Amino acid sequence: MDDVSLIDMARTPAHEETARIMQICNACRYCEGFCAVFPAMERRRLFDVGDTAQLANLCHHCGACYHACQYAPPHEFAVNVPLTLAERRAETWAQYAWPGALSGLFSQNGLSVVMIITAALALAVGLMLAMISPQLFWGVHVGEGAFYVLMPHMVMAGIPMAITAFTITAFVMGWRRYWRATGARWGGWPALADAITATATMRNLGGDNAGDGAGCPGPDDRNSLARRHYHHATFYGFMLCFASTSTGTLYHYLLGREAPYGYFELPVVLGTVGGIMLCVGTAGLWREKRRMEPAVRPLSKLGMDYAFIWLLFWVSASGLVLLALRETGLMGLTLAIHLGLVYGFFLVLPFSKFVHGLYRFAALLADAGEARRSAV
Amino acid sequence: MYTGTDNGFPKRWDVLVIGAGNAGLCAAITAAEAGCSVIVLDAAPRDMRGGNTRHTRNLRAMHEAPTDVLTDAYSFEEYFEDLMRVTRGITNRDLASLTLEKSAELTGWLGARGVRFQPALSGTLNLGRTNAFFLGGGRALLNSLCRHAEGLGVVLHYDTEVAEILLDDGFCDGVRLADDSVVLAKKVITTAGGFEANLDWLAEGWGEAAKNFLVRGTPWNTGTVLKSLLDQGVKPVGALDQCHAVAIDARAPKYDGGIASRIDGVPFGIVLNRDAERFYDEGEDFWPKRYAIWGRLVAAQPDQVGYAILDSIGVTRFMPSVFTPIRDDSIEGLAGQLGLDPAATRQAVDLFNAACPEGPIDQSVLDGKATTGLVPDKTNWAAPIAVPPFYGFPLRPGITFTYMGVEVNDSAQILMADGKPSANLFAAGEIMAGNVLGQGYLAGIGMTIGAVFGRIAGAEAARRLNR
Repeated sequence: MDDVSLIDMARTPAHEETARIMQICNACRYCEGFCAVFPAMERRRLFDVGDTAQLANLCHHCGACYHACQYAPPHEFAVNVPLTLAERRAETWAQYAWPGALSGLFSQNGLSVVMIITAALALAVGLMLAMISPQLFWGVHVGEGAFYVLMPHMVMAGIPMAITAFTITAFVMGWRRYWRATGARWGGWPALADAITATATMRNLGGDNAGDGAGCPGPDDRNSLARRHYHHATFYGFMLCFASTSTGTLYHYLLGREAPYGYFELPVVLGTVGGIMLCVGTAGLWREKRRMEPAVRPLSKLGMDYAFIWLLFWVSASGLVLLALRETGLMGLTLAIHLGLVYGFFLVLPFSKFVHGLYRFAALLADAGEARRSAV
Repeated sequence: MYTGTDNGFPKRWDVLVIGAGNAGLCAAITAAEAGCSVIVLDAAPRDMRGGNTRHTRNLRAMHEAPTDVLTDAYSFEEYFEDLMRVTRGITNRDLASLTLEKSAELTGWLGARGVRFQPALSGTLNLGRTNAFFLGGGRALLNSLCRHAEGLGVVLHYDTEVAEILLDDGFCDGVRLADDSVVLAKKVITTAGGFEANLDWLAEGWGEAAKNFLVRGTPWNTGTVLKSLLDQGVKPVGALDQCHAVAIDARAPKYDGGIASRIDGVPFGIVLNRDAERFYDEGEDFWPKRYAIWGRLVAAQPDQVGYAILDSIGVTRFMPSVFTPIRDDSIEGLAGQLGLDPAATRQAVDLFNAACPEGPIDQSVLDGKATTGLVPDKTNWAAPIAVPPFYGFPLRPGITFTYMGVEVNDSAQILMADGKPSANLFAAGEIMAGNVLGQGYLAGIGMTIGAVFGRIAGAEAARRLNR
């Protein structure tokens, strides 16, 4: 149903540069101990657009291979694997985006994300201010169902459900396009287990492949596991918040109990811990990104990275603020802000840095299958 | 700038090390750990620091039992036999034994100073038993050792070329830099590499042919320090024309092409010279055992050029090359693209094909599939070059490092012409590797010699300071 050849077969400059560099790397191979990118490269002799897309999405952008590279600039081969793969990677996200008509949101992505979030925020706060009487909006509401005094549960839960339906469709379509364009094949359940393990442990970001787990080089070329730890905080914090929402839904429909729940009840505990982890994780990732070796930072992509990191931070922080102020007269405003950010977040998901998770997992799954087939 | 006391540096350093490669950093770290003030001068800019170490990948280490980075065992006896075989006995047996014995400590010593190794049983080359591979290669090793050295207070200066060793009757006062300033030191350890990037000097051993060599190694190994030492009566070791040279892609850069410029396809096709004649048995042995002689073979041909010719089956039998092979649907067309005479090339290929045996070749063993009646015959993996498209690689001698250097004793002290050791001048690495490696080559032994003698030089320099 998709004409893959139209979507992604463009031999773009980023593809050509990736192919050029991979041919040099494949004749050197000194970096093969670092991560999954290099063994995957060694399984290929030629680098077509699907191959460069797969390698680019396997890369965790740690920078180790740049620091180790005997052919890095000023050498005339001018090999810069992390930068080149980052640029190719960002390009593939736009190429595989669904609906394709919106793929332009990936260029100047920082601006796109900020504008969409601002619009969602303004809409949420504006509509609630317009539709709810000031006495209610600025009033103090406590006890079960306090939130739904301001906004019916149907609306509060219905909007994200609609958005999520769109988001999930976009992800499925993106995944299909990626899978076809890269010629990936299902590698069986053991390969799936490999990919899940690689995702859960982030073993490719931090030197586990070297067996010493010493980490990746930072800007001063000192090994560090900081990025992995902050990413773990972000990833598992996100999962806890997801679990919080899910348990909240179960409370609502199975137990017939309405939010807000007590501070020590499961949905709130999960959400609080998750939210704090997200705040710490995203702030840490922002710091690490700023500290990253300048030579490997793709300037065109920084806006996307920063916008997503800060969006996640503020979604989480606004949830924590709501928790703190929910029994005061500011509950209405903080609820409006939090909901605006959350709705905007889900809306913008398929056109944000979030998709790195989708395509990284697809690449890891394809790679695990490839590795298992070649080992036989 | 390095001589004064105004910038907080000592007027006279305890130890001055020339070269920030593997040997120099091992020496600097050892001396600094013993409490010495240490300065390291490297001719290259920071990004290109460390001489040929940047292009290395592993070291060869003796071990009696499997380790975390080496499989099985590699005994002293086996290592020594390997060395005797490749050098044909042209080695200082005492220094060779010392190198091999001390090699056992290296992975542990380097690992404790931040160098990371690939785990055993991984990697492209089947050298996991004899050689320990640096994670990320030689530049990653340099990064780790430089960081460690700086942590110990070692001062590293880049873009700082030493022009002259200040030597007086076997005693070294320090060095004069290219900008004419002087750095004074109580002990000087030179690890300044060979002279492979000095084509004029190479021409003294190789004649005009040297002008057609490509230099795989660092362009900063110009041999200035070695020349300064030899001019002042230091005892030389090794022959002027002995070097590590392999056949590399003629399209590689003139300097600094490193590992990626190598061509592994020779055993799976034929190699012609400028006149479209074969000149050596392409299938004599497995490539890892033969690649190091092909630099000399090509260097001996007219114009120092060769052409590897393969068909579409042969071209898939080896690791991909950094430059895309030249390709054509016909032998004549390929010859034309390579600059060979089409008719003569056709004839050479036809002659070869007619002399090939029946049946498929097996590249995993010395399969004995030999041509009959050719001069020279190809003694293994002889398969007709018959399935188009055809592929060609132009070849040049690529020189990696030179063997002529300074003679040292087991304390890494440089020997003067009368055989007496200098009081305070030491050497390690490529500049003295010829003591152990008189000719031939054993993968990874250069780094072993550098690390072993670097450590010895650093320790002996510190010990003799009498502080």
